[in-house]
Formats: sequence, C-alpha cells, structure tokens
Amino acid sequence: MSLLTTNYLTPTGREEAWRFTPLKRLKGLHDATAVIGDRQSLQTIAQLPAGVSFTHENLDPLAPSDDLIIGRIRAASSAVSHLSIASKVEVGQPIFLGRTSGALDTAELSRVRISLGAHAVATVVLENTGDTVLAEDLEISLAPGSNLKFITVQEFDSKSVYAARHHAVIDRDAQFQSITITLGGDVVRILPTVEFVAPGGSAELFGVYFATTGQFFEHRIHIDHLVPHAKSRVNFKGALAGQDAHTVWIGDVFIGSNAEGTDTYELNRNLLLTDGARADSVPNLEIETGQIVGAGHASTTGRFDDEQLFYLMSRGISLADARRLVIRGFFHEIITIVGIDSIEDRLMNRIDSELEKVGV
Amino acid sequence: MSRLEIRNLAVSVNTDAGEIEILKGVDLTIESGEIHAIMGPNGSGKSTLAYSIAGHPKYKIVSGSVTLDGRDLLQMSVDERARAGLFLAMQYPVEVPGVSVSNFLRTAATALRGEAPKLRTWASEVKDAMAALNMDPAFATRNVNEGFSGGEKKRHEIMQLELLKPKIAILDETDSGLDVDALRIVAQGVNRAKEMNNLGVVLITHYTRILRYIKPDFVHVFANGRIVEEGGAELADELEAKGYADYVSK
Repeated sequence: MSLLTTNYLTPTGREEAWRFTPLKRLKGLHDATAVIGDRQSLQTIAQLPAGVSFTHENLDPLAPSDDLIIGRIRAASSAVSHLSIASKVEVGQPIFLGRTSGALDTAELSRVRISLGAHAVATVVLENTGDTVLAEDLEISLAPGSNLKFITVQEFDSKSVYAARHHAVIDRDAQFQSITITLGGDVVRILPTVEFVAPGGSAELFGVYFATTGQFFEHRIHIDHLVPHAKSRVNFKGALAGQDAHTVWIGDVFIGSNAEGTDTYELNRNLLLTDGARADSVPNLEIETGQIVGAGHASTTGRFDDEQLFYLMSRGISLADARRLVIRGFFHEIITIVGIDSIEDRLMNRIDSELEKVGV
Repeated sequence: MSRLEIRNLAVSVNTDAGEIEILKGVDLTIESGEIHAIMGPNGSGKSTLAYSIAGHPKYKIVSGSVTLDGRDLLQMSVDERARAGLFLAMQYPVEVPGVSVSNFLRTAATALRGEAPKLRTWASEVKDAMAALNMDPAFATRNVNEGFSGGEKKRHEIMQLELLKPKIAILDETDSGLDVDALRIVAQGVNRAKEMNNLGVVLITHYTRILRYIKPDFVHVFANGRIVEEGGAELADELEAKGYADYVSK
C-alpha cells in the first residue's frame, strides 16, 4: 500500500475541467488522500483467440495528459494491462474484459492499453462492475487501417467512484467506434478523447447514460483534429430521474489550422424525467481553418413529449408503459449500435429497472 | 350495440391570450354501424371535439358530458378511454423515435385485449392488415410515424383502426393530404372496419371528397363551436355547391 503522490496541484473545483465534478465524493482520488490498494482488477473473461494477447508490461504513455488524476496514475505505476491484437488479425467474436475485484476502502490505479496492429479488426467489450474506487488511464492505439469497436459499460454498484480517461490515438485510415454506457456508480467521470495522428481516420463516439437519484455522471469528450481529412461523430444520449441526479456532457472539438477536409458533428440529447435532476450540456467547437467539409453541434435537453405519450395512450397503452416505450425508443438508436444481443437486452432491462426504481 | 353520447359539451383551451372557449355546447349521438360526417370550416372546433373526447390534456372541459355505453369518458384517463372502445385517428400522427411499428402495435393490442396476442396469429393479423392497405411489410420495422409520408401516416392510422377493433372511431381529417388512390384505399379500410366490427364512425372533414367513398348516414355542419345544421347525405351535396359561407356568417 502506498499513498498517492502529491506532486500535482489539487483542484479546487473552480478549474474549467473540474467545475461540475463533486470533488468531495471522489474518495480522495483528486487530492491524494486515497489509500492505494495493490489490486489489478482487469481480466479477460474467456480464452483469447489466436493473434490476441493480454499481458502486464511496462509501457510509456501513448500521449500526454493534463488531467491530474491521469498524471497521478502515471507517476504511481508504469505497469500496464495490455490487450494486443496483432496486425491483420480479424477477430470475429467480441473480446470481453471485466473486473474481478474491487474495494471501497482502498483505490485502484489502473493503466490499460488496447492496441491494434495494422489492418487488425476487433470488437472489445469492457464491463465495469462491483463496488470499487478506480482511477483508470486507458489508451487505445489504432495502427494504420485497423478497425476497433470499443464498448465500455459502467454497471458499477451504487457506492463506486470511477475517474478515467479513454484516449484513442488514430493512425492513417483507421476506424474507431466507441459506445460508452454509464448506468451505475456514485460518481463516474470519463474523458473519452481522440487524437488523429495521420489523415483518413474516423472516430464515432456514442454514449448512453442514465442517472437516477443522487448519481453524478460526467462525460467530457475531447477530439483533436490536428491532421487533414479525418472524420468524427459524437452522439450521446442521457436520461435523468430523481432528486439530485446530475449529468455533465462536455463536447470539445478542436480543428487545427492544418486540418483541412475535417468533417465533424456532435450531438447531445438529454431527457429530464422528473424534477430535481440537472443535466449540463456544453458543446465547444474551435476552428482554425475554413477548409473543412463540415463542423457542427447540437444539444437539447427536454422532458417527456406530451404528444408522444398522448398518441401511445390513445391506443390503450398505460402511462407507465408509454413512458417505458418512449425511453427505450430514446436509447434504442445508440444501444442498437452495440450489436451484441445479450448486452443490448441486459441494458434495456437495466434501464427499465432504473425507471421502476425511481417510480417514473 | 354501442352508443357514444355527447351532451352539451363545452371545452376551452388556455392560450397566451387567456382561456378561450372553443366548443360551446355540442350534442351528438353515435351508434354502432352509423357513419356521421362532421363538416365545417377551418377553426370551427372540429378537431377540438375529437381531441377533447379522446382526453388530450390541452383541453379543459367546461361543462357537459360524454359517455360510451353509459360510462363517463370524461372521468377516464386517455388509455382508459381507448380500452373502453374509443379510437382517434389523428390528423397529425406523432413520431415516436426508436419504437418500431410492430412493437407499438403489439403493445397496444396487448393493452386493449388484456393479454398478449399469440405470436403466430398476431404476425399474420398484422401482415393481412398491412396488405389490405397496400403497405410494404418492411413498414413494420420502421419507427412509429418517423419519416412517414403523409399518406403512410394515414394508412398506419387506419391499419390500427382495423387491428385494434374499437367500438367507436373518430377520424380527424383522415382525408387531408391524400391523393385519390390513397384516399380510396384508406376509405376502403374504414368501410371494412364498419362491416367487420359494426364500427360507429365520426368522420371529421373539411371537404366532401371522402364522402364519395364513405357514405355518411348523417351529416352535421359545425361552425363556431357547435353543430348548426343536420341532415342526411344530401346535406353534403349542398355544402359542396354552396360552401360554408352561410353558416360562418350566422
């Protein structure tokens, strides 16, 4: 056991990056008071197919980070759990990663690397469960022409704290698709970030979150278009119900002066299902060149559409069932992208039970 | 035999300019197997009549009663009215993103019948209902009303009418926005529902065009929030020739 290093400034909550986050509920991850346990909880769930390996090794970070929690993780550990898919390997079945241990009295600092060799194709599912305090530096490396679908599901138990950066570095013509689903935990703060390092890459970042009474979920997206002819899409949908349910969605997209031909669009939609909940949604677009294909964003936060409920109810469907249909429909667009029936069904059922829990 | 009785119904709506009374005492009785056309100029309150009977929250009942087979509809929630046997085909059916037509229809049928329809017979029921309205089977996989053309929306409404088998249906300007072919197909659906299920129909329309395909037993002229003239099918012919000018100025 060791204490977190204190060579980093502790946020006060006034910083732009921390202004929404309830620092007191981070269980000491931000101010170095957390006691670090020595667990490494990330494991593969089934036998790995040929061409895929999962090892623990010492690796330098792929990219710098100015996030202080990520800085602390890196200062504390050079050991990385590394899932590697070799060049030209096309993995037909999803590769599942999960958590085997957790604790609330100590924190885990986790470094993870997912790397795809040139022209490799894979789907990776990372399922976060249990009660834990976890800070995670997860980096994804996509070699030229590779293709990764990355599904990360936060189904933590109710007291968990998860602070993470999921950073993808996308090389020439590589395709990255992520689906970030956050349903469980007390405080979840994820930075889904992307940088293109060569032209021709694409990134699609999808997300679903559903915060109920007292939960805080933050998704702070950052996409750097620093090379020409890359494409990015962001579509996050959230629902909130219950007193002090709070979600934050930040969508930062930066288009550098040499990133001509950039095509980007980001969207965030929130559905407030009860009073007492709060959704913050802040899209930011910074553009240094006019030679682009397109750049845009949209953000909406609304309540149940009375006309939709009236239409459904006028066909005999009860108010509770009508609401359930509308919410399932709201999330369907994103959940269906997962493409794995067992996970889709489980998520939809979880969403139903969250609804029941808050009595919507 | 079912009977929808509307007695002295007055309805208001809240606007920025305050509460405005739109229906000013409507009396109307519809029985199974009857077709009543309600005709009138735009803004006369025809749609308000339809939506307030169905229970849309926007409308406030000021006075009067609406009963279906003696049961007080105005005391019921929207879904209870539907389960009591009322159906409203909407002029502007609402999009419900992410909810497929087949899921929607099955959920509605389950609610109305009190149990989930048997999978095998249900699939053929839906298939037949769609075929009868010249609808592509792929329609069932689309999201409710999302990206539907005007004609597709109306066919979808009438398909529900045939599948869900209400006792009394109010069709709110089902003919608007339809070309002649679509109008004929939709009208055939309404006629089938009447023949098969002894449906009682309130057909709200601005134009006489649809009455060439659906023969009304009664025609009511609606103006300024009430019925101002009643007669048989011949009244529609008169309106065709003379328009609503006489009634509006009254």
